[in-house]
Amino acid sequence: MELLRFATAGSVDDGKSTLIGRLLYDTKSIFEDQLEAVERTSRDRGDEHVNLALLTDGLRAEREQGITIDVAYRYFATPKRTFIIADTPGHIQYTRNMVTGASTASLALVLVDARNGIVEQSRRHAFLASLLRVPHVVLCVNKMDLVDYDEAVFNRLKDEFRNFATKLDIGDLSFIPISALKGDNVVHRSENMPWYDGSSLLHHLEEVHIASDRNLIDVRFPVQYVIRPQSSAYHDYRGYAGTVAGGVMKPGDEVLVLESGLTTTIESIDTADGPVDEAYPPMSVTVRLADDIDISRGDMICRPQNKPEATQDVEAMVCWLTDEPLQDRGMYAVKHTTRNVRAQVRDIEYRIDVNTLHRDESATSLTLNEIGRIKLRTTKPLFVDQYRRNRTTGSFLLIDESTGSTVGAGMIL
Amino acid sequence: MTAPTTYELSSLQALEAESIHIFREVAAEFERPVLLFSGGKDSVVMLHVARKAFWPAPIPFPVMHVDTGHNFPEVLAFRDSTVQKMGLRLVVASVEESLANGRVKERPDGVRNPLQTVTLLDAIQSNGFDAVFGGARRDEEKARAKERVFSFRDEFGQWDPKNQRPELWSLYNGRHHKGEHIRVFPLSNWTELDIWSYLAKENAELPSIYFAHEREVFSRDGMWLPVSEHTSPREGEEIQRLMVRYRTVGDIPITGAVESTAATFDEIITEIAATRITERGATRADDRLTEAAMEDRKKEGYF
Repeated sequence: MELLRFATAGSVDDGKSTLIGRLLYDTKSIFEDQLEAVERTSRDRGDEHVNLALLTDGLRAEREQGITIDVAYRYFATPKRTFIIADTPGHIQYTRNMVTGASTASLALVLVDARNGIVEQSRRHAFLASLLRVPHVVLCVNKMDLVDYDEAVFNRLKDEFRNFATKLDIGDLSFIPISALKGDNVVHRSENMPWYDGSSLLHHLEEVHIASDRNLIDVRFPVQYVIRPQSSAYHDYRGYAGTVAGGVMKPGDEVLVLESGLTTTIESIDTADGPVDEAYPPMSVTVRLADDIDISRGDMICRPQNKPEATQDVEAMVCWLTDEPLQDRGMYAVKHTTRNVRAQVRDIEYRIDVNTLHRDESATSLTLNEIGRIKLRTTKPLFVDQYRRNRTTGSFLLIDESTGSTVGAGMIL
Repeated sequence: MTAPTTYELSSLQALEAESIHIFREVAAEFERPVLLFSGGKDSVVMLHVARKAFWPAPIPFPVMHVDTGHNFPEVLAFRDSTVQKMGLRLVVASVEESLANGRVKERPDGVRNPLQTVTLLDAIQSNGFDAVFGGARRDEEKARAKERVFSFRDEFGQWDPKNQRPELWSLYNGRHHKGEHIRVFPLSNWTELDIWSYLAKENAELPSIYFAHEREVFSRDGMWLPVSEHTSPREGEEIQRLMVRYRTVGDIPITGAVESTAATFDEIITEIAATRITERGATRADDRLTEAAMEDRKKEGYF
């Protein structure tokens, strides 16, 4: 069984909680005691309907204020796949939360209300999904029951959204007309929309082809930890542990190690369950090399003819995650793969308006939830790929050195 | 590991790989990690994955048990034999000791579960631990659904749910000052069914009370409590002999058994796949205090 991680975007009014509630309920992933607790709380609060948002709004402050503060992770499974939903709230700190949820998602589910059409927020969702390179985007046109299941409404929204999406970089875009409340096209194909010949949402989630989303071409193995047992049984054992970030590695392959630039060959790829013939993302393995060369955490194993760029000058799109603004010339700690360096902001090229995609080149800083293109100079080289080529070797965090907080999320250009 | 032509991992393989990655990050970036090991099924999976993460080297950190003095004897025996077999160093943080030296006071109801927080935080401080692995899962409870894999704790061990660090990609920020620490949850994305499927696949050893056995129990607040040194029926509570097993293992006075005949992994998996009640809802009195019982305890520094 495969695992699919997807992020949901949309506000409460679009029926997102109802949709998630229905997916969980219809796949028998909500339990009776959870449902009872939600029913009880809804009743106590005087809600008209059972408020399925209470299933995901777990914190006291969220329930008191009736808002979702943070990304919530929900889990369900069908006989075909297991699913992790990153449910991102629509109101507060929208960008920060959606960027977080989308960073690990293979698919983004964007909801629109059939009566309201494509609104500013839908465009923002689509932009963030494309910025974070979520490979699959599904636009769910919800509340079709309230527009008499009218094909013309669906087609109009589909064209409008597709028009906007041409300005973005979205690999695979699908459209599904649904009613989360009535269940149309959520788990089963709806008889109310005979004109629609695509899959139900759940069927789409089960079948969408995600295996090709990973980069199986460029070998990238950031060394995470050096394993040296120093026991009598494994006296001379020296293995480089890590998670494969790209490509397929095999014993016998010639490899190049950054930052030394030395070459050697892979002797074996070990796991606690025995050696493997091949390692590919996102396997966690231990690599042993034929030659004894000095390698430590933060080094990168790649191929002599295919290596990441080693550079101290990084250009990136950055999403700012904290109240204190990004400072031009400011110093930050950088976490990139298994490498920790420091960096200075050398230029803020522009800030992008997430609603209109307009670029403001006069911007001199970025504040909370703003996105912009910046230049960094790092204290030591990083081994980078473009984010569009590899989401692992192309992403980094900016960290405030005094508070230790994560303040920025970067995608390398 | 998997068929070489497809380059796909199964969902359990992907979860295991993610957890291994987390263990290695912590071992590389922290000075004094410790793994909380209670002998419960989640901590058994944690330990199992930790062993794989560092193989063929030994696990490079000790394990710690917060012992309330109200544990199931079967679980304590399992804890000790596991530690011995794997050659681990065990730190026992004892609630009875905290009671004896006045750090905590026995509650009127005799429940020691909430007292563990003080004992745990004292042990973290006195041992200088900077990373503490816990087996909590996000599917367990709604406050846990919002917690990060790397969860920052201030010098008082407190969790601030409204001020958590955003966690993106597989980049984990473990920065902290002296006296602060990070709780690390390598099994965040596993579900109860994943845990059991993995235990079955790996044919892991577990305390016997997870499997169906005959036991003297009585019903209180809708839960089957065992007749034991720490729990006995009050007036009107009738003792029965039933086939039961435990879905979670905590302190005896707050952990209920479920009626079950599931005696093997496969039978347990079938039972869980069909159940309509969450594991904590079915078996844990500590979560029933208030709607935010878990959140409140977590803010103070609970697991």
